[in-house]
Amino acid sequence: MEIFGTWLAAFFTLGIISFLYRDNAWYKLCESIFVGISAGYWFVTLFWDNIHGLFWERITERHDYWLLIGASLGLMMLLRLIPPIGWISRWPLSFVVGATAGLYIINYFASNVMVQVENTLMPLFSAKFGDPLFSASPYSIVGNIVVAAGTFTGLVYFFFSKEHKGAFGGMAKIGIWTIMITFGASFGYTVMSRMSLLIGRMDFIFGDWLGLIR
Amino acid sequence: MKRKIPVIITSLVGTVLILSVFFPPAERMGEDFSIFFDIIAVFAFFLGGGNLVRIHGNKIYKKARDWGFSAVTLAGFFLMLAAGLFKIANPGGIAADVTAQGSLFQMLYDWIFNPLGASMYALLAFYVASASYRAFRAKNKEATILLIAAFIILLGRTPLGVYATAWIPEQFSLMQIPNLAIWIMTAPNLAGQRAIMIGIALGVISMSLRLILGVERTYLGTDNE
Repeated sequence: MEIFGTWLAAFFTLGIISFLYRDNAWYKLCESIFVGISAGYWFVTLFWDNIHGLFWERITERHDYWLLIGASLGLMMLLRLIPPIGWISRWPLSFVVGATAGLYIINYFASNVMVQVENTLMPLFSAKFGDPLFSASPYSIVGNIVVAAGTFTGLVYFFFSKEHKGAFGGMAKIGIWTIMITFGASFGYTVMSRMSLLIGRMDFIFGDWLGLIR
Repeated sequence: MKRKIPVIITSLVGTVLILSVFFPPAERMGEDFSIFFDIIAVFAFFLGGGNLVRIHGNKIYKKARDWGFSAVTLAGFFLMLAAGLFKIANPGGIAADVTAQGSLFQMLYDWIFNPLGASMYALLAFYVASASYRAFRAKNKEATILLIAAFIILLGRTPLGVYATAWIPEQFSLMQIPNLAIWIMTAPNLAGQRAIMIGIALGVISMSLRLILGVERTYLGTDNE
């Protein structure tokens, strides 16, 4: 059975890679199977995790009947499939939009603004009160200056209510350079992650399937 | 009725969730709403599944171009559904975990879903390589900075990067490519990430306020829908 599984996985791996030659029936077959299988996978996972675990078990074991309100809103979502009363599906949608907005206002402000600002404004020389003033290494001093200045100038670049001219324009220029370094680093990381996935698949083909790598 | 009630629901739910942070008795309400949110999300996914069946079913019914692939998609979808919902071949029976080793659902995951997903993303390596060829041209100062940063990060994570700059003395170790890559990640990259993160957060906060105050209503669509 294990051998059959390995052959099946190899068939699908090569089918996807065959797209490098050109769009072909083998690739399309694999693509169609992937769409169906992945939709089914998430459907099943969400069913057991949320409908069974979060809803059904809590109603039957803990008698949390108020969860029926959530389920009713969920059922209303399906009314979109019946055009004459499809507008009712806006109610659960509004609930989701409102809940997302309410949660994000607090969470984003706390974690993505306050915490980030706090972590950016680090002491340049000595991290602890009472330590010698120059106890920090030049490496971390320069690093802290670059982080603080880079974050500030990056934000200046995103401020479009004032024309980017003069000193303000100069800061915006440094800001875009900082952001370009970030994009370059992210790009480098993306390339590396995709390469490691490719190496993983090649390792599977030449190792697990063909047995050429031991 | 069609537009007013949704706007009221959005404002009410959003306001309650904000207030629940400041008033401990209302904290439970915030948790409850989060569970509602998860349950509704599942139904939204059911809607997506229904749409998948409808669209591909229509293609098969009308014998449209490439309808055979639609049949394959639906076959895969229903096979995974049956394997997962009825826990086919699950060694522990219907009461066991759906992902138990040896179950058909887990086999389909290991033999089909996982290799297909990994290969799809691995395929992107080739497209990223061809995109780099086009993008990595030092046309101006900004593009040059991007190019240098990406090059150092790429080289810093490979053995070549280690060997190429191993001769640099210890007191200038920051100039060694792997160390330089780490410094780029922890200083200028972090600064740029933070600027983007704070910018996005401020945008999200202002958009959330617009939604809660009922100024932003585009998510309701048009009355024709």
